[in-house]
Amino acid sequence: MILVWLIVIPFVGGLLCWQAERLGGRATRLIALATMLCELLIAFGLWLQLDFALPASGGTQWAVEYRVPWIERFGIDFHLALDGLSLILIALTGFLGVLAVLCSWREIVRRIGFFHLNLLWILGGVVGVFLAMDLFLFFFFWELMLVPMYFLIALWGHSGSKGSTRIGAAIKFFIYTQASGLLMLVAILGLVFAHHGNTGEYSFSYAVLKETTLSPTLAFWLMLGFFVAFAVKLPVIPLHGWLPNAHAQAPTAGSVDLAGILLKTAAYGMLRFALPLFPEASQAFAPFAMALGLVGIFYGAVLACGQQDIKRFVAYTSIAHMGFVLIGIYAGTELALQGVVVLMVAHAFSAAGLFILSGQLYERLHTRQINEMGGLWGRLGSMPGIYLFLIAASLGMPTTANFVGEFMVLFGTFAIAPWVVALASVGLVLAAVYSLMLMQRVHYGPPQSDTPLKGLDTREFCMLLGLVALILWVGLYPQPLLDTSSAAMQDIHRLFDAQSSPLPEAR
Amino acid sequence: MNGVPMEHGLVLAAVLFALGLGGLMFRRNMIFVLMSLEVMLNAAGLAFIVAGTGWQQPEGQAMFLLVITLAAAEASVGLALLIQLYHRFRTLNLDVASRMRG
Amino acid sequence: MMEHATTLSIAQPTTLLPLTFLLPLVGTLILAFSRGQLSYRASATVGTASIGLAALTTAALALGFAAAGPQQLTLWTWIAVGDFTPGISLALDGLSLTMLGVITGVGFFIHLFAAWYMRGEDGITRFYTYMNLFVFSMVLLVLGDNLLLLFLGWEGVGLCSYLLIGYYYTHSANGWAGFKAFVITRIGDVFLALGMFLLFTRLGTLNIAEILELAPQAWQAGDTTVELAAFLLLGGAMGKSAQLPLHTWLADAMAGPTPVSALIHAATMVTAGVYLIARMHGIFELAPTALYVTGVIGALTLLMAGFAALAQTDIKRVLAYSTMSQIGYMFLALGVGAYDTAIFHLMTHAFFKALLFLSAGAVIISCHHEQDMRRLGGLWRKLPLPYAGFMVGGAALAALPLISAGFYSKDEILWQALAADQQGLLIAGLVGALLTSLYTLRLIIGTFHGTAKSDNARHAETGRGLAHGLPLVVLAGLSTFVGAWITPPLAEVLPAGPGDATHVGHSSLELLAAATALGGMALGVWLFGLRRGWLRLANRGPGAGLWHLWHHAWGFDLVFDWTLVRPYRLTVWLLKSDLFDGLFRLLARLVRLLHLGLSRTQSGRVRGYAITMVAGVALILLSLALVIQGT
Repeated sequence: MILVWLIVIPFVGGLLCWQAERLGGRATRLIALATMLCELLIAFGLWLQLDFALPASGGTQWAVEYRVPWIERFGIDFHLALDGLSLILIALTGFLGVLAVLCSWREIVRRIGFFHLNLLWILGGVVGVFLAMDLFLFFFFWELMLVPMYFLIALWGHSGSKGSTRIGAAIKFFIYTQASGLLMLVAILGLVFAHHGNTGEYSFSYAVLKETTLSPTLAFWLMLGFFVAFAVKLPVIPLHGWLPNAHAQAPTAGSVDLAGILLKTAAYGMLRFALPLFPEASQAFAPFAMALGLVGIFYGAVLACGQQDIKRFVAYTSIAHMGFVLIGIYAGTELALQGVVVLMVAHAFSAAGLFILSGQLYERLHTRQINEMGGLWGRLGSMPGIYLFLIAASLGMPTTANFVGEFMVLFGTFAIAPWVVALASVGLVLAAVYSLMLMQRVHYGPPQSDTPLKGLDTREFCMLLGLVALILWVGLYPQPLLDTSSAAMQDIHRLFDAQSSPLPEAR
Repeated sequence: MNGVPMEHGLVLAAVLFALGLGGLMFRRNMIFVLMSLEVMLNAAGLAFIVAGTGWQQPEGQAMFLLVITLAAAEASVGLALLIQLYHRFRTLNLDVASRMRG
Repeated sequence: MMEHATTLSIAQPTTLLPLTFLLPLVGTLILAFSRGQLSYRASATVGTASIGLAALTTAALALGFAAAGPQQLTLWTWIAVGDFTPGISLALDGLSLTMLGVITGVGFFIHLFAAWYMRGEDGITRFYTYMNLFVFSMVLLVLGDNLLLLFLGWEGVGLCSYLLIGYYYTHSANGWAGFKAFVITRIGDVFLALGMFLLFTRLGTLNIAEILELAPQAWQAGDTTVELAAFLLLGGAMGKSAQLPLHTWLADAMAGPTPVSALIHAATMVTAGVYLIARMHGIFELAPTALYVTGVIGALTLLMAGFAALAQTDIKRVLAYSTMSQIGYMFLALGVGAYDTAIFHLMTHAFFKALLFLSAGAVIISCHHEQDMRRLGGLWRKLPLPYAGFMVGGAALAALPLISAGFYSKDEILWQALAADQQGLLIAGLVGALLTSLYTLRLIIGTFHGTAKSDNARHAETGRGLAHGLPLVVLAGLSTFVGAWITPPLAEVLPAGPGDATHVGHSSLELLAAATALGGMALGVWLFGLRRGWLRLANRGPGAGLWHLWHHAWGFDLVFDWTLVRPYRLTVWLLKSDLFDGLFRLLARLVRLLHLGLSRTQSGRVRGYAITMVAGVALILLSLALVIQGT
């Protein structure tokens, strides 16, 4: 039942916020904050309470489960379940939700109630995605989180330079994700019908469909359907077109959620559905997926260097980081998969931090154009120091979580595909290039004026300090995280191990 | 009653319908368009009556009642639109009201 | 072979070991979170005291080490997934103790000197934060008992180097110099990382001691894999230690404050590559080709940098190229298998090069930030202490026989090269020695003798105070034969070099080396002091061409600019509009085109719609009729 609460709380909180607007903006924000804190606390409580070690043989793989029939005629259940992986991501959702509420404290002044309604509903949808173990329910939540995001971008976004409008960005985001979602629906239905053909029963249950035997061709096409749906969200080149616009045009809270959590739903989907449902097909597809990951690393890095808008810049670096995630997922070794988990968390922190800082820079300078900045180091109090730290995290400096994630992925992949790792490592150099280039162009050089700008206030400082502390904690002692997700990742790793056919690159 | 063969009645209905259709297509004045519509509806009604009588079935007359009601409703909506049209454009020329062009 | 030591004795409390890096870390944190509240004096005190205490800790550790030997300490397991269990664990042995001594000892004096050097600068807190962070990272680099922790320190020092090069951030050029340094060393780091991946995949461990133990069991000497691993490690070392062809960053790195150049770009960080190879000697012993290439790279670098140093006008750039050249000597020593000699030279070099840089810093501050030799001169009367520093340091750099520390270490390197029967490397070393003498003399004469060539030099202010004098005096002392008395306790850690067993012909080589050094100095005095007409040669004909070539250090920057930077920029420019996304934008445009075509049919006229509808109905009926007729 606690799982239902996890989903219901953000939705109800959102409705309360909507109505609370009559009581004033402050009440609305406080309600939203309380809601997300509540979510975070529940996740944390679950983490303390539950044991995520590998279950005994014959036991279920879930730590908590909730199941009631929904549409029995088609075998659709309202089935929620939680394991280490979902818990980590839900806790992350709660944490970034808190940050999102906090960072829009000053930024959002119009229609506060409706804003928080959308924000919380996105988060509710995301939590649903992380918990749903029925494919229909999963699809339901998957689509549910898009609509509020659309409004968030369309109503509270910033219009960027040279004709790229917030409405355009919102529509682009919606079309991309909606189309990919429909592709996934087709794949889900295909899988269900295939199962029906085998057994004569309809079922959307994850556990049941996992056992379906499919012809290799059908499995490949269905896998591709899932993969493309998740690839749009991750995003994988060349399906990334929505991301830079959506990130750049969204309000800070939207960018934080997009980069921090929405991208992670794709990685989660791959880990939870694309791989376990179609292990053979996925394994056959792995070299292509890794190649796509490599392309993403290089393409994102190169394009990041050419950006003038700091938020677009961070968006493209996200593409590069997600390339590592993709490689790690399809490498399939335990080390790489665990690295993916750490990298997801790390990227959520560092990208969220950079977006928050971008938002704060915008509040002070009223521009996001890099060429209108420069020499800000001496004018912003302690903000550049934190900026520097997050930049270091984004380029994978050791002691930060990103380093642990990236290097675990690379260590884990090297045994499977050394050449992929060799090429991906070049991406580390490019990461240094784009990250330091941003630092150089924003903070170094002659200052444009000598007047000091407003430094960080307590709210901003606490938010950023919290992020810094978490990045350091995961960077220096990631073990609690790894222990939590180890059982789930070992399950996936076993799928890869079970396949006798090695990869072409394997030696 | 059985002096007139069914074919004649149907042909008359068809001719009326064709006239109405022609009016609908080629008149610009909205009053004439509405009148043409009435003619077409009544042509359809006539066909029902003729067929109902010819085959000795009551449904034909039932359908005619329906057509009459429809025609009344259509006329009222149409006339309301006509007044609006004149109000907005100061003309009854239908081609002027083409704001919905793509 | 190094043993995996876990012996801990009561005489040597293990709690001391973490202090070596915790103290600088505490200093960093205090400074970083002061948020500008600390005065200049307080910042300098915190920054210097933390390193001073770390140096005292090191001294205590050294005493304990003499009694109890190596020790090992695991703080916590960093990451544990399956076999992958690198820890935050430290290992102290002779090698790391030597490095620790250099880092904290020399580091302390440089920090102290910086308190004098940086007075009056903005952001002193920031300066000391970075400096302490640097020492912290560097200590972790040498103490880490596994490659991943070593890599942590390795990257950390790179970041601090970046930050300190760009310390004067208001000049874009400084920032870009730091950028260049970081990116080029990162290229090396990627090689190191790949080496780590390879070693872990093949040996299943990252613990250095275990790697050195397992490698000979896993591989024959000369095995391709182990050669590859050694080459990858070498790549990492080359980047960090500014060896050919990844050396171009070091000269530009002189944009940072001079104490930074002394600490990071002379004494410690740039020698990390030497440390790495010495640390991983077991791998290199199995990879003769890689070892040989190490020596060749060292020889080439020392010659290349020696020539380049001859044609610099900025005193710091002269010193930078001389640093490359001296590290070239260390690589040469590594390449002939004389690891302990390389570390010995690393130590003496740290002393005398720090001295030279600090003396240069004293000159620069005294002359109001003038560091171009063409505008200095005649300073020896006004700045006696820096002059003495330059004389002692320069003597050590040029290996003045018997009384300088540099003589003992450099002579040892040449001897090892001879003993290893590497004539080519030996000749390169001797030519390099000649060049060293020449450019050292040129530097000293150009800076301190002749006449003052600018107002800045004429109005030089003599530096005063303990922070100014003490570091120079102490380092000067260490740069004489006193420094050479310090024998690093390396016998347990590193294998004996080829020249350790016999000494047949050693004395004749010593004579030859001494003669080269003295000859070079005599030539230098003649060329730069007495016969200044030589300098005119550099202005015309082939002389000017050579000068130009050497002044730009053989044009490597240009090569990289054309082969890497410009193509990258071009790629960025070409892809700027997001090519792949363009594909989808094309799709959108196509749809729009269709829309334009079809929207014509929506005339908005009711009659038009009616006509179309009738026509459509007619068409359908007609075709139906035709179909029915057809059947």
